[in-house]
Amino acid sequence: MPTSVLIEVGEGNLREGVNSFLRSILEKKMLDALLVPLELPSGGMTAPALVSDPAMLGNANPLAPIMTVSTARLASSLTKVAASQRKVGVVLRPCELRALIELIKLKQASRENLVFIGVDCYGTCSVKDYNRLCQETPAPAEELLKRVKSGDESLLRDACRVCEYPAPINADIAIGLIGTDTGKGFLVRADSAEGESVLEGLGLKPGVAVPEKEREKAVAELAASRTKNKNELYSRFEVETTGVDNLLSVFSACVNCHNCRVACPLCYCRECFFDSATFDWEAEKYLGWAEKRGAVRLPADSLLFHLTRLNHMATSCVGCGLCQEACPNDVPVFPIFRKVGEELQKMFGYVPGRSLEDELPLSVFREEELGEVGES
Amino acid sequence: MEDKKEGITGEYGETAGKEEFEPSLVGFFCNWCTSTAADLAGTTRLQYPPNIRPIRVMCSGAVDPVYVLRALCSGADGVIIGGCPPGDCHYISGNYKTRRRMAALKTILKTLGLDDDRVWVRWISASEGAKFARTMREFTEAMRKKGPNPLKNRWSI
Ligand code: SF4
Ligand code: SF4
Repeated sequence: MPTSVLIEVGEGNLREGVNSFLRSILEKKMLDALLVPLELPSGGMTAPALVSDPAMLGNANPLAPIMTVSTARLASSLTKVAASQRKVGVVLRPCELRALIELIKLKQASRENLVFIGVDCYGTCSVKDYNRLCQETPAPAEELLKRVKSGDESLLRDACRVCEYPAPINADIAIGLIGTDTGKGFLVRADSAEGESVLEGLGLKPGVAVPEKEREKAVAELAASRTKNKNELYSRFEVETTGVDNLLSVFSACVNCHNCRVACPLCYCRECFFDSATFDWEAEKYLGWAEKRGAVRLPADSLLFHLTRLNHMATSCVGCGLCQEACPNDVPVFPIFRKVGEELQKMFGYVPGRSLEDELPLSVFREEELGEVGES
Repeated sequence: MEDKKEGITGEYGETAGKEEFEPSLVGFFCNWCTSTAADLAGTTRLQYPPNIRPIRVMCSGAVDPVYVLRALCSGADGVIIGGCPPGDCHYISGNYKTRRRMAALKTILKTLGLDDDRVWVRWISASEGAKFARTMREFTEAMRKKGPNPLKNRWSI
């Protein structure tokens, strides 16, 4: 039985409660540092920060419904060159945790000496909506939680409205909100031996009966309603985005800025193929293209860019939607990548972020498979 | 200028009108099998349509899917990858990787409503000159029936 504890908080003190739990981890030296979103001094907006001083955790806001950057990418920067001998706890939303699992498998991050603290996520807003929410209320996290729980998902990003992973998988320690009366408390559960030893070190013992059953049910219900949203999104995608004419029309707003690629936690190449010398052409080449079709759109190759990016990473797409947030022109890159990713993942029976053991589909093969490829 | 959807001129596809449409096809053929089969078809004077532009690669596993995408975006009406039958790769496992990559590529195209049947994978070993000629005839005929690649002549791609 994993240790599972309900930590009680007073009404309106959820954030404070979670922060004191995190603070106790550093104070009792169970971990040496935490990578966690802190509220910036200007107020409202948060940014992930590596925190070594427990006093700083008063500013932590891991529940703030905003994800400006994927922490998976930051954990990769932190550990790619050499992991530390000290233990770092990384506070992650479920999609960030799944992206990090993918990056570890892609050898872009090290699991060594990291402790994953996964947090339930009801969804996040765009930066604009979050800023507005911050102006309306001093407790944006609680406010959004309240709205979403009462069925108002209008402030959520599309990616979150269709996300079937509101609860973290592969965490060492899970912080649970779903199925819990968050006005009264939140759940902390050890999901690994590592997590177990941290909770033990904190002296946390199961006190109040933990609503595990309710939690499972609530997570499943939320996932089901999100799946329903997803299927609606896919139906729209089918009508609005598929086929040559639709695709060229949605990509007509694409200016090849490649922001979507920069924001994507899975696009890790140091030099993107599309920024490489392969795409440096002499003027004659461009003129040749222009002559062939009467004209050539510049910058060139936007469809090729998206198709190739799909080909490179969509088997691992975790559906975080950060590509969409980064696009200056509202090109619907999220539904495209999510839907294509899902088809690829289905085909290979692969779920990104599910397990460190599952092999990346395009790095392995089976002798007995895909017999239909190559037969007429 | 409007994108031209019909009426094909230039490097790929020489003829206008669907009736006598001659597809422009690109073939990526493994050096150790399909390319040799192509030579064999030639030396034994087997007829096959001249629509295919063959490109010799060292292994079907060396065909980066972006080559296929580039050809399709450039207006090729079909792309065929020829490799050694599974189990017979000169480099032991190249064609197994081809198989996954091309299956993935076709899934991407299909999901986006792009015609994945314009991409063929065929295993043709070095001794199969006749199979090579027959496959090229079948491929050409199938692409002729399909008509021009709708991405052809889209300047705004
Ligand atoms: S493609 Fe978009 S949704 Fe998928 S992992 Fe990258 S940023 Fe997230
Ligand atoms: S889809 Fe958007 S973010 Fe991506 S390259 Fe195009 S304009 Fe930039």
